[in-house]
Amino acid sequence: MYRIVKKSELTTNIYLMEVEAPRVAKRCMPGQFVIVRMDEEGERIPLTICDYDREKGTITIVFQCVGAGTKLMADLKEGDSFHDFVGPLGCPSELVNEDGESLKKKKILFVAGGVGTAPVYPQVKWLHENGVAADVIVGSKTKDLLILEKEMEAVAGNLYVTTDDGSYGRSGMVTQTIKDLVAEGKQYDVCIAIGPMIMMKFVCLLTKELNIPTVVSLNPIMVDGTGMCGACRVTVNGQVKFACVDGPEFDGHGVNFDEAMRRQQIYKTAEGRAMLALEEGDTHHGGCGNCGN
Amino acid sequence: MDVLTKIPVREQDAKERATNFDEVCLGYNKEEAMNEAARCINCKNAQCVKGCPVAIDIPAFIEQVKNGNIGEAYQIISRSSALPAVCGRVCPQESQCEGKCIRGIKGDPVSIGKLERFVADWARENHIMPEGAVEKKGKSVAVIGSGPAGLTCAGDLAKMGYDVTIFEALHEPGGVLVYGIPEFRLPKQDVVAKEIENVKALGVKIETNVVVGKAVTIDELIEEEGFEAVFIGSGAGLPKFMGIPGENSNGVFSANEYLTRSNLMKAFDGNSNTPIMQSRKVAVVGGGNVAMDAARTALRLGAEVHIVYRRSEEELPARVEEVHHAKEEGIIFDLLTNPVEILADDKGWVTGMKCIRMELGEPDASGRRRPVEIPGSEFVMELDTVIMSLGTSPNPLISSTTEGLETNKWKCIVAAEENGKTSKEGVYAGGDAVTGAATVILAMGAGKAAAKGIDEYLSARM
Repeated sequence: MYRIVKKSELTTNIYLMEVEAPRVAKRCMPGQFVIVRMDEEGERIPLTICDYDREKGTITIVFQCVGAGTKLMADLKEGDSFHDFVGPLGCPSELVNEDGESLKKKKILFVAGGVGTAPVYPQVKWLHENGVAADVIVGSKTKDLLILEKEMEAVAGNLYVTTDDGSYGRSGMVTQTIKDLVAEGKQYDVCIAIGPMIMMKFVCLLTKELNIPTVVSLNPIMVDGTGMCGACRVTVNGQVKFACVDGPEFDGHGVNFDEAMRRQQIYKTAEGRAMLALEEGDTHHGGCGNCGN
Repeated sequence: MDVLTKIPVREQDAKERATNFDEVCLGYNKEEAMNEAARCINCKNAQCVKGCPVAIDIPAFIEQVKNGNIGEAYQIISRSSALPAVCGRVCPQESQCEGKCIRGIKGDPVSIGKLERFVADWARENHIMPEGAVEKKGKSVAVIGSGPAGLTCAGDLAKMGYDVTIFEALHEPGGVLVYGIPEFRLPKQDVVAKEIENVKALGVKIETNVVVGKAVTIDELIEEEGFEAVFIGSGAGLPKFMGIPGENSNGVFSANEYLTRSNLMKAFDGNSNTPIMQSRKVAVVGGGNVAMDAARTALRLGAEVHIVYRRSEEELPARVEEVHHAKEEGIIFDLLTNPVEILADDKGWVTGMKCIRMELGEPDASGRRRPVEIPGSEFVMELDTVIMSLGTSPNPLISSTTEGLETNKWKCIVAAEENGKTSKEGVYAGGDAVTGAATVILAMGAGKAAAKGIDEYLSARM
């Protein structure tokens, strides 16, 4: 069960895997996520669904190698299996519940940052399959880290790629591209921004000014992903929400990003420590800033 | 031997166990068990059985222990309970079987829980399994959730000859037995996993990683996957918070999260990749069994731990044994104290908790004296971690995706107490999903009643 049928390294440290998970593939919708585990001792890692094939019964995930868990995951090969693969979790994107006709009239802008391009893709693809052409901005630090460009191009209305260092496409942050597009006369009824928390924060600050309602997808720390632990609580419009069951998508203009970013740091040191211990094994002699050596 | 006094049970020394996760209570050996069993006067009209939510024939099994026939004692218990090694450890016996024991009128009641535990452990060590069904019925039942309610319902149905599949949302079966109750009170490999193996040996299939309500609905289980009846034992999963300022600060956890990290994800043993807060000083807010579990876990992970509870010791909802053990291990009880605000530094990390002293006023609706704030008595406790253990409410995942399933104002599924029947045909429910947070044994009682209800329903349809 949960066999990896395809694996590729999209770019340095960012991997794509297509995994057999028929129950998830049967029901999942854009915007939802899965939780995976590598082995009996592994941590539960939440990942947004990047694509799904209902007939083959597979789910595509994309992840960046950041912690001990994702490092182990990157070592898996085609033919290997995940120990656990549960989903679909969270609520589907609100777009998929909207009436087809009103959706076609809407001007939709997606803003994807880094590995956040992966969860944006199934939404744009779903809209494309339902006759809606959405504009997509994909932001990347540099050309080499850009992922899913061809795939996105095939389903987006207009695709705007921008790199922080100007090495490819437009130059600058995604917020600059939003400003430019609006200055060029583009109008949008809704914006969906998915990427690093800091990017979503600044996109929201801008779209609030521009009066474009904005949806963001949050990826806080979580354990079970079914509402049981409350680790993923975020404040949205003054109310405490659990990202795993109430989200992961929320009204971006109502999200308390500073709190959300701070809460993401809770185990940062512990995670870094686990990564170092894993990399260095018995040869670890300090330098992590945590062990006292 | 003084017949009025129970045979004491051996325990790990308090100082020693405060630093490890090994089981606290060591249980009886055969000789101790036979001596304790001899204290039972085998009442004709046994009150203890009435006090047991799953109605184990207690005098009958104790009679077998008295005579040294432990295997026979195990089969008697197994007829009523799928999880005796668990129940012998976590049931609130003092308010159930032992609370009704005639011996208890003058002297100590018979240690029924410790005897049950001994019998179950002995059976496991001697590889004795419960007796299964003789004849298959050729009908399938789906059970949602593999906690105490689900396992009991599944076990009972399998013994009647039904094909049972349990769907579990997490990666490991056991529900609260694996994510909630800590290792030092309920060993996972030796006790929980083995009792689950026994349920599987009856023919029950368990499919993990299936979130019913998300991956598949109850209606689909019935219409597409061929199940003729469904039992919902999904538990009361959602943690409650107080709603006081500062509760989203870094270092405030629900007891559910803290315990799940330690128990299910094994963060306690250092080999796990799942992190847990390394705390110096912890306040656990609440006074139930879960609060005691969280406090004793934090203590073992090296912290100074305070229980902060707004009523007095008498009203503590936890089992007497848990409170006793917690105190022995060095947990500090700050009673008649209620948090009003959590304080944090400029980076958002918890630095303390502002509390107010309480006094007991007139009895409230629960019959307990209502705690009232003493004006001007606010003070600050310095802390780096706060664990909220205020109870849980049912997860709406199933009720919100199942048409025709009635819930009450607390979002609990409405089900008949005697047979677990819900408002939807063929769908039964029990345990915390119906009652809100309660005990392992009450959930088992509900699972048992529902198994009987499902059998009656399916027998009538033949």
